[in-house]
Amino acid sequence: MFLARSIAADHKDLIHDVSYDFHGRRMATCSSDQSVKVWDKSENGEWICTANWKTHSGSVWRVTWAHPEFGQVLASCSFDRTAAVWEEIVGESSDKQRGLRHWIKRTTLVDSRTSVTDVKFAPKHMGLMLTTCSADGVVRIYEAPDVMNLSQWSLQHEISCKLSSSCISWNPSSSRVHPPMIAVGSDDSSAVYSGKVQIYEYIDHTRKYAKAETLMTVTDPVHDLAFAPNLGRSFHVLAIATKDVRIFKLIPMRRDATHSSTPTKLEIQVLAQFDNHNSQVWRVSWNITSTLLASSGDDGCVRLWKANYMDNWKCTAILRGDGIPVNCSHDVVSQQSLLTASSAERKLS
Amino acid sequence: MEEVDVEPTTTPIPGVDSNRKHLGFVWGPGDILVYETIYKASGLSTGGCPFVHEVRKDEDICSPILRKLFNESHHIFVGLQGIRDDLPSKNKKTQFVSISKNYRSVIRACMEELQQVAGKVEGKSDGRISPVFFLQVSILLAVELIWNLCEVLFIDAAPAGSLLLHLLDWVRLHKADVDEKARDVLQSESPTEHQAYWDVVISYVLQGRMDEARQVLMKQAALQPAARGMFKLGAQTLTEFDVKWRHWHEEVDRCLQDQSFASNPHLEVICKILVGDEDVLLEHKELLSTWYHFLVTRLLFSHPIVKPTELHYYAQSSMHMFLDTRSVPEPLDSILLAAFEFDIHQVIKDCSIALNNWWFVAHLTDLMDHCKLLQSHNLHFGSNLREFLLLEYASGLFTHHSLWQLAVDYFDHCPEFGRVYLELQIERVPLDTERKALKVLRICEQRQMTEQVRSICKIMAKGALRNNRLGSALSWSIRAKDAAFATLISERFLQDYCANGAFSDLDLIDNLGSAMLLSDRLTFLGKYREFHRLYGEKCFSDAAKLLLSLMTAKIAPRTFWMTLLTDALPLLEQKEVIFSADQTHELMFCLEDLTSGNCLPKPDRAMQDEDIDTTKIEILRLALARNLAKAIVKEGTVEV
Repeated sequence: MFLARSIAADHKDLIHDVSYDFHGRRMATCSSDQSVKVWDKSENGEWICTANWKTHSGSVWRVTWAHPEFGQVLASCSFDRTAAVWEEIVGESSDKQRGLRHWIKRTTLVDSRTSVTDVKFAPKHMGLMLTTCSADGVVRIYEAPDVMNLSQWSLQHEISCKLSSSCISWNPSSSRVHPPMIAVGSDDSSAVYSGKVQIYEYIDHTRKYAKAETLMTVTDPVHDLAFAPNLGRSFHVLAIATKDVRIFKLIPMRRDATHSSTPTKLEIQVLAQFDNHNSQVWRVSWNITSTLLASSGDDGCVRLWKANYMDNWKCTAILRGDGIPVNCSHDVVSQQSLLTASSAERKLS
Repeated sequence: MEEVDVEPTTTPIPGVDSNRKHLGFVWGPGDILVYETIYKASGLSTGGCPFVHEVRKDEDICSPILRKLFNESHHIFVGLQGIRDDLPSKNKKTQFVSISKNYRSVIRACMEELQQVAGKVEGKSDGRISPVFFLQVSILLAVELIWNLCEVLFIDAAPAGSLLLHLLDWVRLHKADVDEKARDVLQSESPTEHQAYWDVVISYVLQGRMDEARQVLMKQAALQPAARGMFKLGAQTLTEFDVKWRHWHEEVDRCLQDQSFASNPHLEVICKILVGDEDVLLEHKELLSTWYHFLVTRLLFSHPIVKPTELHYYAQSSMHMFLDTRSVPEPLDSILLAAFEFDIHQVIKDCSIALNNWWFVAHLTDLMDHCKLLQSHNLHFGSNLREFLLLEYASGLFTHHSLWQLAVDYFDHCPEFGRVYLELQIERVPLDTERKALKVLRICEQRQMTEQVRSICKIMAKGALRNNRLGSALSWSIRAKDAAFATLISERFLQDYCANGAFSDLDLIDNLGSAMLLSDRLTFLGKYREFHRLYGEKCFSDAAKLLLSLMTAKIAPRTFWMTLLTDALPLLEQKEVIFSADQTHELMFCLEDLTSGNCLPKPDRAMQDEDIDTTKIEILRLALARNLAKAIVKEGTVEV
């Protein structure tokens, strides 16, 4: 791997989250300086900051894009106990700002009484739904019934997880065989023996979310979790960032009609476990095709994990800060090929 | 055979102190962004973080020369998939070999181009060739070497006898510097005095190129008789050959014993080589330069009719003899050894690990799968391995702004997961222009990916609406079959009409055709515009009929009825009677319907608006009454 480009983000404080939009042409960064910046990728690959505005009155923890079917929409969540929804609009021809794009706040969600730790949009086939989780252990699912009017959001579900929540992840599967499923992670360090990952499933009959499973083997605080893209499999894959990196396989058991008012029973298997970070793991995330998992840990490294066709997982790359202060963009070429072919002939004059 | 095991490489990120800070990240299309952060900061200011770094994995896709490789091999790949299964296997084998040669020629062409470019760079005064370039060339060299060997051993599956001939060709192809040296020597003033003279002769002998060796030897007139003694390998039956070879071998041996070449140490060396003296061969390591050259030469002069099954024994021993005990075999060596052992799976596995790019293993495995070479090993993994590698390769292509189109074909030929991978990735192709969006759509429509089609059209419609391009938004919503959105946009059109008195995007609305039926509002928009058209063409009675039907068939929304009735006024006030008596009655009924019941005055409406309304209604009533009178008279009159 090599460093292609360095972008001067210019936030006045730590960046807490960076999020690509669906097509990878736009990016949003959020920071402890309470602002969000939106960047657009130009034709030659350079990132240009097209918006920069104060979003909250506390550190902004996460920022995320809605699916482009709903327009250019961002959601952010903050230490200030709120989450907000933003939309980019193009100035009307009558305005002085004709054709200019700018971001406006559509709504503020103030239901939480504690810091909102994560905000995620549900898969698009569920409509325009936004989910938050807070340090008070409540997961809230909001819906915008009229996608043309983003100032109206209604709180559809409140799930009380009883443990301080740090992260949520929706199962991206849109298959009709799989009802909506959300995983919630907790970083509560006081409840030592409780399973820190809970999985909730939507029950059509009761129109409510019910707990399908708690992963009892995960008892250490969980800082992040991520469902892998589904790729037509019958089972689900969930990666967890806790004191190590753990990948679980969740296999829905066959169910008959009489049990349709209870969540699907899931068989849990561990696909892999890595403790190479030697310490707490803070983030996990899958690439688009779920062929690679990346994790970030207390050792200050990002590690990439890959399964070969025999389903054996290995670390394939490490990214680590070199500690050298930088004052301009770099062009470091550090890729190495192991196949040097020194024993093959070099036909170079 | 040990697996090539590899430690993961570490890429340094500048400016981030990993001892004190965390490294945040996010996946992007084809890259990963990293930045300095601290997880679980409590919101206190701990200092700004300057940079977000873009880290990439594959540089190959960015190289314009390698892009040709991808394009051309894609062509070969698609052709290969089209080969019918029911062809007799002999024909298929020749086809597969020719395809293999095609792939290899593509690799060679790419290498040559890279070298040409390097040559140009070197020519300039400040030209510096980046180390990456050398890497690319050496990788391609290795790849072609391995592929060629696989072709000889697996695809062509040469039997004993011709096996050695093929291996000789293989070695000769990859040791091209001999000819250059020979040219230098022959073109010099006094070839026999040239310091490389004997090196050239011996190199030719080592490669079994007796004719060329003879030619060079001819330069020494005194050695002509010796030159004639060279043995020629030809195509005969194995047993014939064996007999002749042994005979010749004994003769050379006798020459050595007789000391007939004692006078000329060089010739003696050559003689010893011809009998396959391994020690002498090893003395010429520099000329051989690789253990596999040593292997082939050794076989040539000791065991020319080596069988494929015996190959691995000679290969292993050759490698051990050639490399000194201290040096560790490189990945390339292990791969070649695995090939000589006919362990195809090992070759593929080791190549996957050692190479940065999936191109090579994906195409080679695919070809070998077509040759039915993978099935004999492990049925379950045979076809899955091919698909796994093709999916990896194609997924890598998808992140490129133009190569993604090649990837589509690869996914098409992965029966198990190809479709779902394609569905997932094609949605992510940025829809920069309408042209690109249409290209993506065509691909989805050809494969009946209805959800992706709908989604892409919706995204385009939404984008167009945002930029106030109503016509574009409408045509995209029609294509998406999105009734709700179409209704919304039709409303906007109608609002615009009320505000401006004219329609925009007339072309589109006039040519809606059956798409009109997508939503009621859209149907109304289409029909309303038709009314205006008929009026403009002075087809008054048709226009009138249409106008009336819009209300009576409830196509028009009630909020629009006032406008429609107002539109009817000019028709009512024409000299000739357009609306019949019955039609007039219906119009009156509509007016009454509108003015009674539903229309409660809104509290916030200005007095002026109400006045305007009342006036309008009065005018309408008057016009309707007058028309009714005229109509009755007209209909009651008998033409004399």
